Amino acid sequence: MAETLQFPTGHVRLGSNAGQPITRRDGALKVTGAATYAADNRPDGLLYAVYAASSIARGRVTHLDVAAAKAHPGVVEVMTTANRPPLARDPDAKVHMFSWRLEALQDDRVRYAGQPVAVVIASTLEAATEGARLLAPRYESEAPRTGLDDGEAFAPEAVGVGAPPSFDKGDVEAGLEAAAHRVETQYETPAQYHNALEPHAIVAAWEGDHLTVDVPNQAIAIARNDFASFFGIPPENVTLRSPFIGGGFGSKAILNGPQILCILAARMTGQPVKLVLTRQQMFGPVGHRGATRQALRIGTDADGRLTALEHRASAMTSRFDDFLEPAANASQNIYATPAMRQIHTGVRADIGTPGPMRAPGEASGSAALECAMDEAAEALGIDPLEFRLINYAETDPASGKPFSSKALRQCYAEGAKRFGWAGRPLAPRQMRDDAGHLVGWGVGTAMFPAPMFQAKARAVVREDGSGLVEISAVEMGQGALTALAQIAADGLGIDQDRLEFRAGNSELPDGGVAGGSGHTATAGSAIFAAGSDAIRKLADIATEDEASPLFGAGNAGVVARGGRLYRADDETRSASYSDIMARAGLAEIEGEGTGARNPANAEDYAMFSHGAVFAEVKVDPELCQIRVSRLVGAFAAGRIINPRLAESQLTGGMIWGIGFALHEETVLDPRTGRPVNGDFAGYHIPVNADAPSVEALLVGEDDPYVNALGVKGVGEIGITGTVGAIANAVRHATGVRVGRFPIHIGALLG
Amino acid sequence: MTLTLTLTVNGERREVPLDDARPTLLDVLRERIGLTGTKKGCDRGQCGACTVLVDGRRMNACLTLAMSVDGAEITTIEGLAENGALHPVQAAFVENDAFQCGFCTPGQIMSAVGLIAEGEAGDDPERIREGMSGNLCRCAAYPGIAKAVADAQKRLADNERKSA
Ligand code: FES
Ligand code: FES
Repeated sequence: MAETLQFPTGHVRLGSNAGQPITRRDGALKVTGAATYAADNRPDGLLYAVYAASSIARGRVTHLDVAAAKAHPGVVEVMTTANRPPLARDPDAKVHMFSWRLEALQDDRVRYAGQPVAVVIASTLEAATEGARLLAPRYESEAPRTGLDDGEAFAPEAVGVGAPPSFDKGDVEAGLEAAAHRVETQYETPAQYHNALEPHAIVAAWEGDHLTVDVPNQAIAIARNDFASFFGIPPENVTLRSPFIGGGFGSKAILNGPQILCILAARMTGQPVKLVLTRQQMFGPVGHRGATRQALRIGTDADGRLTALEHRASAMTSRFDDFLEPAANASQNIYATPAMRQIHTGVRADIGTPGPMRAPGEASGSAALECAMDEAAEALGIDPLEFRLINYAETDPASGKPFSSKALRQCYAEGAKRFGWAGRPLAPRQMRDDAGHLVGWGVGTAMFPAPMFQAKARAVVREDGSGLVEISAVEMGQGALTALAQIAADGLGIDQDRLEFRAGNSELPDGGVAGGSGHTATAGSAIFAAGSDAIRKLADIATEDEASPLFGAGNAGVVARGGRLYRADDETRSASYSDIMARAGLAEIEGEGTGARNPANAEDYAMFSHGAVFAEVKVDPELCQIRVSRLVGAFAAGRIINPRLAESQLTGGMIWGIGFALHEETVLDPRTGRPVNGDFAGYHIPVNADAPSVEALLVGEDDPYVNALGVKGVGEIGITGTVGAIANAVRHATGVRVGRFPIHIGALLG
Repeated sequence: MTLTLTLTVNGERREVPLDDARPTLLDVLRERIGLTGTKKGCDRGQCGACTVLVDGRRMNACLTLAMSVDGAEITTIEGLAENGALHPVQAAFVENDAFQCGFCTPGQIMSAVGLIAEGEAGDDPERIREGMSGNLCRCAAYPGIAKAVADAQKRLADNERKSA
């Protein structure tokens, strides 16, 4: 492992392929309909499963009309709690950090609306759908708890995935006491649903004791082990194929009940079974961003420097499991302050368990923090950008460690310049456009951790000079198949056109988790190390071969480029990979690599991506309709492997910020506990016309500590900063500060 | 009950035996004919992922009972590229990075082809964005989509001028 942490000291360098804005390698597949997603699989003998979902949120199922469902033509089987085959693992067991309790017909309890209560398996989708309807469940129902106010509060042991629920530094009360200005404020964020455009889907097929699942999955190796443990088979008996994911955003990193039910259905019937959630069923068993209520207290001295920052968050979870949005933690690492405190409480209600959704914690927490910071700037009468610069953190405010790199100052400067921030009037309601609409400008700081996980990869140089790299990495739209292939090609010192890149399958070396914005860093490091390993072997052969122009150069004396090895001291002397291998009589040379963070660097440095987002909104003065007319973000995230794709990730995240700020919210009917807007007609996400001008600037950053590639991540940071910037712009346009997301017209009509 | 549905899909005439009048055009394309390029994002006409051309007009295949378009000409995403060359809209989507996960993309592209053919939007970015707003993209590839449609519109108009 030490070896992989020290590259690139070998023969290969990033830069021939990595860093280029090439178009997506899977582009042609995606624009012709040839990219296959899980639900596109149609094995012979396929049956269709549709589940009936509970229409109550709390109680018991007392009756299902199984006979009616079975009598429907085409229905093959009905699975209920009465005949569900046994599982080797308790669906309510917490086996590891990423296991959620799930519903797989283990009993007749209903824990939330939308929970699967029975499964109908039929020869056609239409028959299964009708069969499920005919089940007409009856219930013994209890009054559900649905909100932050009627839920049951508790002190959590952890928030997010294993993070401490509270943090303290310095004396917050003393800091507030001594402050010249104090702001106390509160923000609420609603339940939001990932709603990837691809609904959760699975096709399961058994062959004896071997299970093949086509299922979109962001954590292939973990999922394979989990599926194996549910069915009491060794992990190698599970083949999980996830070549393309139609959007994940965190929801496809966690196993869910319907997946287990589909695999059970396949076992029961002895035939392959497909189960695809309806859009309405996406609001229940497959996770969401939990609602929060956040209270902040900020103290500043007369010059605008923070004296204390306190961030408290109540976060909602289900009655039976514990994921809590770690919202307050978003204020730990961003602004310099002598005293800070973050505290979380949990609130239980009769809802499906929340889970990680794009920037879990950071998105909700940043929304509240950036608004509160604006309130503090306003109390001081200081420009909000100036106020953020006054409180610029040169070292990590929570740990005191230096940042591995931090080009946030440049982000503020470049973003402000591009946006035209200078000359912004301090007071609200000062600007109008030609149509008479109120215009407002707001800013927010973007920040997201730069984690690494663990991954392995395999690289091969072939006798024709081409390369192959294998890793169970995950393409979910972020561009893994392209960016990782660029790294892979550089790792092997070849052109990316000469590279075959295999990913998205559990038979390949473990590519780790595509989440936490750490996939490119982690999988990329493993891939680069594997390539360097193969080239080191190739160089050994070449430099020891008397017939080679490289003979005697010594292993360290050659560099690889474009499928050739060159003498470092005399580039006129070189040999192609294929010549070297032909002379040695080798068909393939294989290398292996792992990716993980250097523990010493992890100990010594705080590692984050940063950015600054500027928003312009226009508000109709009569109707109070809000439009985000412009967004400009400037982001620093280490080395960018593919600027074209990175920009898409960032602008996509920023548009999620528009959705968070203005559109997205799930409303539960307090009587039934059911979402009243559980589909795309009711749950609004931004459409094309909502994002007329969104721009992401990339600010260069050279980070020698984060990993040897210098890569951080860009998948989630775009949403942070943006939500606050938009809310602050709304305040600047209208003079109204809205304490609840999404900001609705009604709140402005006042 | 046995019905025969006749469709011309991407230029190829197909007879699809149906034992059931319920299947939508989307489910017939995907599950019975096996053209899975067209996607199902909501099955309720709310997302546009299932957009296909029916007799040249864009339609949500999920809202269309297959039997109701018996005899129609259907164009799906699989029918756009000719002799291995991408349709100008497809090429513009690749060049402008007008997608991420790709799941909404077949619907976006069919919608764009329809929009351009309707000739309503021209190269006006605002009208393009408006005209493409029935197609949701959760990855929010909207800036690229809007650029790609404008690009393709120009390219197609140029081609037409040249051939005229
Ligand atoms: S699947 Fe037809 S509009 Fe969504
Ligand atoms: S590209 Fe993913 S939904 Fe549009």
